[in-house]
Amino acid sequence: MRFQIPIGPQHPALKEPIGLRITVEGEIIRDADIRLGYNHRGIEKLAEQKTWIQNIYLTERICGICSHSHTTCYVQGVEKLMELQPPKRGLYIRTLVAELERVHSHLLWLGVAGHEAGFDSFFMYTWRDREIVMDILERISGNRVHYGINTIGGVRRDLDELQVKYILDSLEILRKRSEYYKNLGTTEPSFVARLAGVGYLSKEDAIALCAVGPTLRASGVPMDVRKDDPYAVYDEVPFEVCTADTCDVLGRAVVRIKELFQSYNIIEYLLKNLPAGEIAVKAPRRAKPNEVVSRYEAPRGENIHYIKSNGTDKPERLKVRAPTLANYAATIKMLKNGFIADVPLIFAAIDPCICCAERAVAIVDARTGQEKVVPMNILKQISQKISANKERKREAEWPL
Amino acid sequence: MLTKLTRWSRLKSPWILHLNTGACNACDIEVVAALTPRFDVERFGILLKATPRHADVIICTGPATRQMKDRLIRIYEQTPEPKFVIAVGACAMSGCVYRGAYNVIGGIDQVIPVDVYIPGCPVRPDAVIDGVVKLLNKL
Repeated sequence: MRFQIPIGPQHPALKEPIGLRITVEGEIIRDADIRLGYNHRGIEKLAEQKTWIQNIYLTERICGICSHSHTTCYVQGVEKLMELQPPKRGLYIRTLVAELERVHSHLLWLGVAGHEAGFDSFFMYTWRDREIVMDILERISGNRVHYGINTIGGVRRDLDELQVKYILDSLEILRKRSEYYKNLGTTEPSFVARLAGVGYLSKEDAIALCAVGPTLRASGVPMDVRKDDPYAVYDEVPFEVCTADTCDVLGRAVVRIKELFQSYNIIEYLLKNLPAGEIAVKAPRRAKPNEVVSRYEAPRGENIHYIKSNGTDKPERLKVRAPTLANYAATIKMLKNGFIADVPLIFAAIDPCICCAERAVAIVDARTGQEKVVPMNILKQISQKISANKERKREAEWPL
Repeated sequence: MLTKLTRWSRLKSPWILHLNTGACNACDIEVVAALTPRFDVERFGILLKATPRHADVIICTGPATRQMKDRLIRIYEQTPEPKFVIAVGACAMSGCVYRGAYNVIGGIDQVIPVDVYIPGCPVRPDAVIDGVVKLLNKL
């Protein structure tokens, strides 16, 4: 006997709106289907109406957790289009914020994993220590979540001696606390028993389904954009790519804890070798017609932005492929033949960032409730049919 | 006597439902941060609830997207009376950077009535606490 269970868009197990349709036989999941679009805001279209500089702030608001990832990815692409070389100090500060963001994101994830595993004190512990990172970020950029530190050609705020000392001091506390989590997360029997063997994804499947980030590395594939295709100053910084070979949720937790320590080392290296000089160069207002693909290792995996310019001060096209989107296919695989009670845990293990991944076009007929995915050319035909008899306006306004 | 007791219990333990209607996650993590040890709103009796049927206060983050509109109305209807809505962040107030996008209706108040607005992009956890306290003072 098969049953279909709809989960979401608003559900206790999910933090963000997403629809899951799960087919179960008894307690065992036989099939899973992901429904997107609750969080789709139309950022790519909006980006075409804004200038290069304005788009930095728009891409920052693709996602609140990896806000620096999206801006850096975008800014790197635009710098390539404008043929700019940001100064060394600017790149160091950019990388520093990127690593701090990774620390805050991984601590956040550890807490969420603890919460989903029913270990709420772990959640409270990691979130308390996450505040230390948030304080550092606030000292550097003035903001807790949307740092707004990137600009085309460098960064907007410089570091001074006091800030450097403050970060190094805070880093010591974080190291000590992370050591505790490492022991707790890998030796606490009930926690390990809950995570081990859940959401199995073999190495072959992980490669075939194009998983990215810690999900891929937990399946024993040492892939990291920071190492494979170094951007910013990662070619100068010594660090290791962390992997695990257990292929389950425990492995994903271990990879993230290991990466925390790597990030602390990177931050320390960056601060101790911070070069003097300018932090930004002046950027032109327009970019020559060209196209570029920019890659970035976000805390959740590889983030790709495709940017096309047409010689004006606005991009012609901005395409965002967020890491969560790449991990969806692997998630379906992980959910299959698992227990229904493991759904939140498996789903949390890819560290889903739904607001990042909402790039789909689906059409819901509100009257009949029918849902269909429409190819772009048919959508175009419909729009042409509707607008054929309408008055032409130069600047169309969306009804709010 | 009974009304007095109800009023007292409502003031002392407002249970909240956190609802993301299309936010960028920034306000969401700040709302959750308000629940964790540094800010700890639980000392005011505020407890995060998972279902709208248990909640008194709906904390909405993010602009209302077209896809989420019907669900938002449904969740509002599922919440028992008296219910209050807090719009958290600039998006929930007006749409913020997404204003004008084809899939965004605008603020939460375009769909359901809102009691308290908390500005900020994203809001600070302190601001969330302040907003909730202001709502409690209104009761």
